[in-house]
Amino acid sequence: MAAETQIPGSGASLGARVLRAPALHSVIAAVLVGALFLVGTGADPVGAYGSVVSGALGPDGIGSTLTTGTSIIGLAVALAIPMRAGLLNLGGDGQLVLGGIAAAATGLYSPLPAPLTVAAALLAGMAAGAGYAALAAVCQNRFGVPLLVSSLLLGYPAMSFASYLARFPLKEDGSSLPQTRRLPDGVELPALGSSTVTVGLLLVAVAAAVFAFADARTATGYEIRMTGLNPRFAAYAGVDRPRLTLRLMALSGAVAGLVGAIGVLSFPYRFIDGSLTAAGHTWTGLTAALLAAAAPLGTVLAALFFAALEVGGLAMERTTEVPRELTQVLQAVVIVFLAARLNLTWRRARKKPGEQPTDETEVKEVSVR
Amino acid sequence: MSIDSALFHSALLALTPILLAALGGTICERAGVFNIGLEGMMLIGCFSGVAGSWFTGSAWLGVVFAALASAAYSMILAVGTISLRGDAVVLGVALNLLAVGLTGFLLRTVFGVQGTFSDPELAGLSGIDIPFAGSVLSGHSALVYLAWAAVAVAAVFLARHPWGLRLRGVGETPDAAATLGVSPAKYQYAAVLTSGVLCGLAGAQLALGNVTLFSENMTAGRGWIAVVAVMLGRALPLGVLLAGLLFGIAEAVGFRLQGLGMPQQATDAAPYVVTLAALFLSTARRRRRKQPLVGAPS
Repeated sequence: MAAETQIPGSGASLGARVLRAPALHSVIAAVLVGALFLVGTGADPVGAYGSVVSGALGPDGIGSTLTTGTSIIGLAVALAIPMRAGLLNLGGDGQLVLGGIAAAATGLYSPLPAPLTVAAALLAGMAAGAGYAALAAVCQNRFGVPLLVSSLLLGYPAMSFASYLARFPLKEDGSSLPQTRRLPDGVELPALGSSTVTVGLLLVAVAAAVFAFADARTATGYEIRMTGLNPRFAAYAGVDRPRLTLRLMALSGAVAGLVGAIGVLSFPYRFIDGSLTAAGHTWTGLTAALLAAAAPLGTVLAALFFAALEVGGLAMERTTEVPRELTQVLQAVVIVFLAARLNLTWRRARKKPGEQPTDETEVKEVSVR
Repeated sequence: MSIDSALFHSALLALTPILLAALGGTICERAGVFNIGLEGMMLIGCFSGVAGSWFTGSAWLGVVFAALASAAYSMILAVGTISLRGDAVVLGVALNLLAVGLTGFLLRTVFGVQGTFSDPELAGLSGIDIPFAGSVLSGHSALVYLAWAAVAVAAVFLARHPWGLRLRGVGETPDAAATLGVSPAKYQYAAVLTSGVLCGLAGAQLALGNVTLFSENMTAGRGWIAVVAVMLGRALPLGVLLAGLLFGIAEAVGFRLQGLGMPQQATDAAPYVVTLAALFLSTARRRRRKQPLVGAPS
């Protein structure tokens, strides 16, 4: 109990936080479950896992891992921001796609010179994602629809809308694919060196750094964590929860929209219907944030871990013919093991038998700080 | 657009998987377990239904297989939340993700295909012709009729049967129930297992009744709609039926409009928008009466 109620990030050194027992145990348990699967399908677990590691971190794979990682880290950070306050944003896909289509439209029609257009497209993507995510917050604040449900349900129409735009008004003439025209020359994020990794990785890193700083060093970050740990105490201490929800969701959507914009401003420099969501990076990001209990650094590390798993999974599929879906199974198994140990605050208020944490003790734990 | 019997026929088809899953969610909700893993349990049901039907050659054995596999899968939620006191929301999300990965993995290792498995040899559920019932009600698979029967059974069970009353007691005040000698854990386990069976049937109907194939992530949000139907219907079987009907009609009307030249993207979004709108209206009204929304994480 003590480890779970401890305020994440308080006191413990970085190493201790990364290796915090429950998360590490879940990962190890998942790797073992995966090994059972491999044995069950007649594959050699050591060889398969070896190809995952070499495929993800070897000289050929590391660029891929960082490119995939850009999206996964970005989305993980996006979803971790509200999660820090105990709010689950399940509409990441919708916000991501709206960010992407807004960036594509801006990139195609902006009269500005190319570098400014890139900036405008990034901002447009962030604004679109932020606005849409804020809508889910409004649904909760004004209409009482739980955020979990409103954000998720709003995601579907957003994806349909972006799909419509890519197939009709913005469609590339003469192409049989549901995609927009290619962005004009120069309207793209520069690559880092000769790799496929773009400046997008740096933008995502900046977003993560700002999140980490705000979380650890600002009053707002403290308010957010406090709300996550004990909403009732936070409300008592004067935190305006609806306002906080709105701001956190807008920030979350802005980062998700940024990831969409980065996706469009990188190869193949256009919005292709379904390509941003096909890989399921939103769910991977959510998984990473859950694994790290939304702690900023942990979220980034977990996201990198999952990105490596995903890229390594492709290599495993090539060399050992084990389907790459195995890595998706591993991700979910990590969370299954972890969830049984977690004691997050968005659990239902309804008390379960034999478990009655009194408010008194919770307040005490918080006020120790 | 004409409103005809074919429209209602397809609305009933769209309704059935959601209704079965939502009834499972309702029973869990009443027992005090928030189950948002319906989507994943349903997907497991889809895959095991198809696998069972393929290997035995009998669609009905496929249905049985789907129910058993989904029930076994639901044990993860049961053990995780009831025995280990894990977070139900996180576990539910994980179950949904795990089902996508697991079925994708098995699709490739068992059937050796990616994306979709369909085969003319695959046995689907055949329709039952009911004399004098008309073209709307007749010609569905037995699971469609079973879903309606399940609504009635669940309604009576929860309202009248001693076990149903105890189940509700466990959900409302587990400690009081325990004092009276009712084991909350036992009832909660039973509720989650029942939801597993119902979601398995929902998946079987989707994969063997509505169509005869399995494709990756074929539940496509229906499990989430079922979760919303539980909230909309206030975890009452009849309320859930109405909520499910709303979705079924929205889907059927959308499909029809698509045939009339409306872009698919607009009609795809229709069920979600309708559901969201219904949720607004019902929560706004409930708020005025100061009733809490069932299933809302606080």
